[in-house]
Amino acid sequence: MSDTTAPQTSAAPVDVPSAVRVMLDQMGANIATWLDSCLHCGQCAQACHFHEVSRDPRHSPAYKLKPLVKAYKRHKSPFAKLRTTLGFPAQDVTADDLREWQELIYDTCTMCGRCTVVCPMGIDTASLVGLTRTAMVAAGLGPPDLLATADRSAEVGSPLGMTPDTLEDRIEWLADDYEVDIPLDKDKARVLLTVSSIEAMKYPQSIVAMARILNHAGEDWTFSTKGYEATNFGMLSGKSDVAAKMLGRIVNAAESVGAELVIIPECGHAYGALRWTGAKILGRALPFAVQHITEYLADAKAAGKLKLKPFAESITYHDPCQVSRRGGATQAPRDILAGFAQDFREMAPTGNANWCCGGGGGVAAIESATDLRLKVFGIKMDQVAETGADTMVSACANCRQSLDAGKEHFGWDKDIASLVEIVADHLDE
Amino acid sequence: MNDANQSGHAIPWFTDFAEGPLWYVAATVFVFGVLWRIVGLLALGRGEDKSVPKQSGMAGGIKAILLHSVPHGGFFTHTAFHVIAGYMFHIGLFALLFFAAPHVDFLRERVLGFGWTPLPDWAFIVAAQISFAGLILLWVRRVADPVIRRLKDAHDYIGSGLTFLVMLTGCFALQESRPVLAGIHMFTVDIWLIYFPFSRLMHAFTFLFSRYYTGAFYGRRGVTP
Repeated sequence: MSDTTAPQTSAAPVDVPSAVRVMLDQMGANIATWLDSCLHCGQCAQACHFHEVSRDPRHSPAYKLKPLVKAYKRHKSPFAKLRTTLGFPAQDVTADDLREWQELIYDTCTMCGRCTVVCPMGIDTASLVGLTRTAMVAAGLGPPDLLATADRSAEVGSPLGMTPDTLEDRIEWLADDYEVDIPLDKDKARVLLTVSSIEAMKYPQSIVAMARILNHAGEDWTFSTKGYEATNFGMLSGKSDVAAKMLGRIVNAAESVGAELVIIPECGHAYGALRWTGAKILGRALPFAVQHITEYLADAKAAGKLKLKPFAESITYHDPCQVSRRGGATQAPRDILAGFAQDFREMAPTGNANWCCGGGGGVAAIESATDLRLKVFGIKMDQVAETGADTMVSACANCRQSLDAGKEHFGWDKDIASLVEIVADHLDE
Repeated sequence: MNDANQSGHAIPWFTDFAEGPLWYVAATVFVFGVLWRIVGLLALGRGEDKSVPKQSGMAGGIKAILLHSVPHGGFFTHTAFHVIAGYMFHIGLFALLFFAAPHVDFLRERVLGFGWTPLPDWAFIVAAQISFAGLILLWVRRVADPVIRRLKDAHDYIGSGLTFLVMLTGCFALQESRPVLAGIHMFTVDIWLIYFPFSRLMHAFTFLFSRYYTGAFYGRRGVTP
């Protein structure tokens, strides 16, 4: 299985056996069936934003699965042993495969899941790419900048270097400047609010917005220095140990304050990480409910706890993939906007079929992916232009920073805004 | 070399072989091969998902099986060629497979013990033409589309090529003018059945599980992708 004799395209050694072992360890019936089922019809390419802008056949989602398919056919397929016994085993994964596919697995897939919608076999490519990333890490591969971001989050508590002390300082500053009560480290609270360090460091007003809304709704809530960082670059990078560590911090914080509910801020993958994969990664059911902030707002509005003044500007909503298509909170932002936003225009396509921003899945943190990611922003500009709306609203800080980067690069004349901030600005108090 | 049947036509030994021993071998390989592959996949199992579902995973799985049978999500304008050619090929193939008069007879006499009303000959011809046209269009796309050219391997052509041969020899055998033509058709069917469990033709069964697993995954999240 080892491939130390393969032609070397870079100096770095590649631990192929470890990569294959990681692939096989996670290869349950669902993964194996997906790998077994691809018919090479190529329709998935029509759904992929990277293929859409590059027209490079290598960017078709099905092609990205090749190393995993090879591992399956060689080792896990029901006929793998028969083929090996008869003397014609399937080809194994090679070091060159992993080196070549690193770019395809990291730079050109945001794990948005759009290709699954169009796939006649319904193959969940996003899950398979996520699995391949863990194998890449085991092989000693992966984009250095993304891996360093993951390591930093494990070491200091946050990918952007926001330590507990930084959080405390920032909250104190925001509470003073904006004259808002932001509870931190309360002994007990019904709700634990988490934060994306992208928000805290780049869009700090979003923390103020969440605080205002929770206070307006009369919520018993707190931040905790024990567990505050919702983003999970361990999961995005394929570093499973970091993923578990980041989730563990939130769970510990929630348990120590006796939280019934943990709210994930405007961050897509953070929602998926805790809401949908947290129990699996930690190996136990979570002792609290998890909501994306938009779900909380929609519930609060429905319960009459959110009084809003009408919002008149023309807006459209960009669905963060991990919140809508892969999260299931597609309707929540629309429930918030219903009757509140006076001029809301849906994009086409929208909801669970909406195009990705291009920066999800950690791609925004990968320098080598910048050019392609910016091209993807062109799709979003076209979508927004068709609506005629002046402002594109989203509910994911990672989307927001990717979209802002695109806006700056192209000198785009539309506004990009946060749904939570708009709601906070229109509280009827 | 040839025997004689009751109607006086010569029946080549080849036809006897294809409809006799080889058929039994092929049917056995097909049945056990398909079962081995399906059971082998399902036996890998899935870990329990302890996240709190929004909706039923099972309902999501069933929805996905149905939904992925039709274009959805706004992609049809981009995938129309493949979808239409795919429907033409598969619908024609199923009509031929289960409603051609010789097949109904064969299934009644050799496999099931009961039969049903077959297609008239003219409908068989129409179904065959639609199916051939669909398969040829899919081949054209397979050769012309850069994505598929990048994805392809030999099995894409072996599987569809064998299916083409089965259909073609079936058309030749339709009039039952020469027993050897039925024998050639049966021979290609036998080869097709033997190849089936080891090939991508298995999608005729695995589509159910592949779609179900995805539907269950997303269904728990309240999404039908």
